[in-house]
Amino acid sequence: MSSAGSSTAPQVREAPGATLVRLKVEQASYAHMATDRSAPTFTLGPISFEAEGHELVAILGPNASGKSTLLTLLAGLNKPLSGRIEVDGSEVSQLDLRLRAQRIALVQQESELLFPLRVWEYVLQGRYPYGRRLRFESDQDCLFAGNALAQVGADPLRDRWMDQLSGGEKQRVILARALAQQPSLLLLDEPTQHLDIGGKVELLRRLRRLADDNRYAVMVVTHELDLASEFCDRVVLLHRGRCLRVGTPAEVYERPLLEEVFEAPLQVEMRPNGRPRVILQGS
Amino acid sequence: MRPLTARRVALVCAALGATLFVAVVISLRMGAYPISIPEIVMTLVNRFIGRPNEIPPDFWNVVYEIRLPRIALGILVGASLSTAGAGFQALLRNPLADPYVLGVSSGAALGAIISLAIAPQTAGMIQFAAFAGAGGTIAAVYFLGRRGGHVDTATLLLAGIVAVSFLSAVIMFLMTTLPGREFRGMAFWLMGDLASPPPIRSHWLYLLLVIGVGSIYTTSSDLNLILTGEQEARHLGVNVNRVKIVVYVAASLLTGLAVSVSGAIGYVGLLVPHLMRMMFGSDYRLLIPTSALGGAILIVLADLLARTVVAPTELPVGAMTALVGAPVFIYLMRRRVR
Repeated sequence: MSSAGSSTAPQVREAPGATLVRLKVEQASYAHMATDRSAPTFTLGPISFEAEGHELVAILGPNASGKSTLLTLLAGLNKPLSGRIEVDGSEVSQLDLRLRAQRIALVQQESELLFPLRVWEYVLQGRYPYGRRLRFESDQDCLFAGNALAQVGADPLRDRWMDQLSGGEKQRVILARALAQQPSLLLLDEPTQHLDIGGKVELLRRLRRLADDNRYAVMVVTHELDLASEFCDRVVLLHRGRCLRVGTPAEVYERPLLEEVFEAPLQVEMRPNGRPRVILQGS
Repeated sequence: MRPLTARRVALVCAALGATLFVAVVISLRMGAYPISIPEIVMTLVNRFIGRPNEIPPDFWNVVYEIRLPRIALGILVGASLSTAGAGFQALLRNPLADPYVLGVSSGAALGAIISLAIAPQTAGMIQFAAFAGAGGTIAAVYFLGRRGGHVDTATLLLAGIVAVSFLSAVIMFLMTTLPGREFRGMAFWLMGDLASPPPIRSHWLYLLLVIGVGSIYTTSSDLNLILTGEQEARHLGVNVNRVKIVVYVAASLLTGLAVSVSGAIGYVGLLVPHLMRMMFGSDYRLLIPTSALGGAILIVLADLLARTVVAPTELPVGAMTALVGAPVFIYLMRRRVR
């Protein structure tokens, strides 16, 4: 099966033990051309940062700061106006579509399904980039899909219908489909949005573990300052299309900076584990 | 976890193929001239094994001159319209899409009428004109149905309704004013029937059917992903624009092909793919071939009813499909709205 050859590709790309730069963003910028007269033109960047395998990186910023735009650039859905974005040494916008899908997986907010689909069918879609046209899924594809489901703890859901899952369950299944792609870079667009606090912590723990175990670089767009501080290795702080700072949460979470960006009175407290905590101030 | 296999596709298609064969034999049996099923099988087998001389001339006439051409036409039309419907449903991400409801069939009929008026003798011209009419209509309906950058179900269906009534009016206008109106009546182009097999009864019509169904089939695993979301499909490595162009051209071709020989038969493209989804699931790698076969079965049986229920008078087959199709359409629409 052709998938046997390509599925070993991620192993070939990585040298055991070495830290590996998965994602390299160099002076990337983007200009959003308004299609409607009402929408303002938005410019992003230039932005530079790197993410290594094992790393969990948060993209933080208030609404309309360019988080999602940055994500579409990283995912290769849009081509940067200038600069370069490389995943495993290849420029993302130059990659063939299927090759790109073998390296980058994007978890977006769920879209409406037109026809009912079982969980396992949905997760198997993640194997698409490894198949040829019309190819029927091999046993190996099922194995990868099964592993992906197990990794997110969604094994018991496999025969359920997608439209009968709760928000948290659906989130895990969507994540499983992305894992079935065996990517080097895992991108998540506001994955905590519809989850309760327990679900949020569970998801971030899971992402942390996935990054540690699988040598992915994981990038998460989020509003949750405290969750990002607790679980992420690094933080990219965006404000009005500009990248203000990149670094560990301790380096980025400075009271004046956060207050300016989020336009709210805040307090930053350094905890003993070296991770800052943000406290909202009512008055 | 039991993914779809080529074996399952082959088995299901074989079963549907057998059902189609049974439907064809029953349809051959029914009619004014009495002929028994063993006689029909004998007539078919003898020709198949190359001994046509052993077939009595009466049987030959009834089977090969009268009933079979009409049945073959039904197979062509049913397979084309169903596959086109399944294609449009994926392309527009709309489970209620159907060539007739969207006005694509009316556009094809208009194209066919114009070609008959301008160049009645040119071979293949009517099919090409019907294809152009279908392609033009679906493009127009698609752009009318867009709101704020994406296709909205209700707006799209309204655009379809508008297209149907506008194009029907143009057809009526042309049919009443054009000189040389001997090319089939208005009812044929607006309702559709199989009573008059096409003037050019050649194999290339079936070749077009195979090309159309085949091209959509090559995109079927891409369509599976497009149905779960275009953006997501793009991100999973699907070349969405290429797939859309292939399906758009092929579905227009199939609609044009069907309408050019049978007029605008409605609801087949809606009924059959939904029925097949209920029976075999919504994987397009199975849905496309089963829709083609199921459409053939449906039209063969519908035409059988159309020419037998009030015999010796014949109903247009389009009336039969609309009788069944319209209530199903309402049901599907209400279920979606709920």
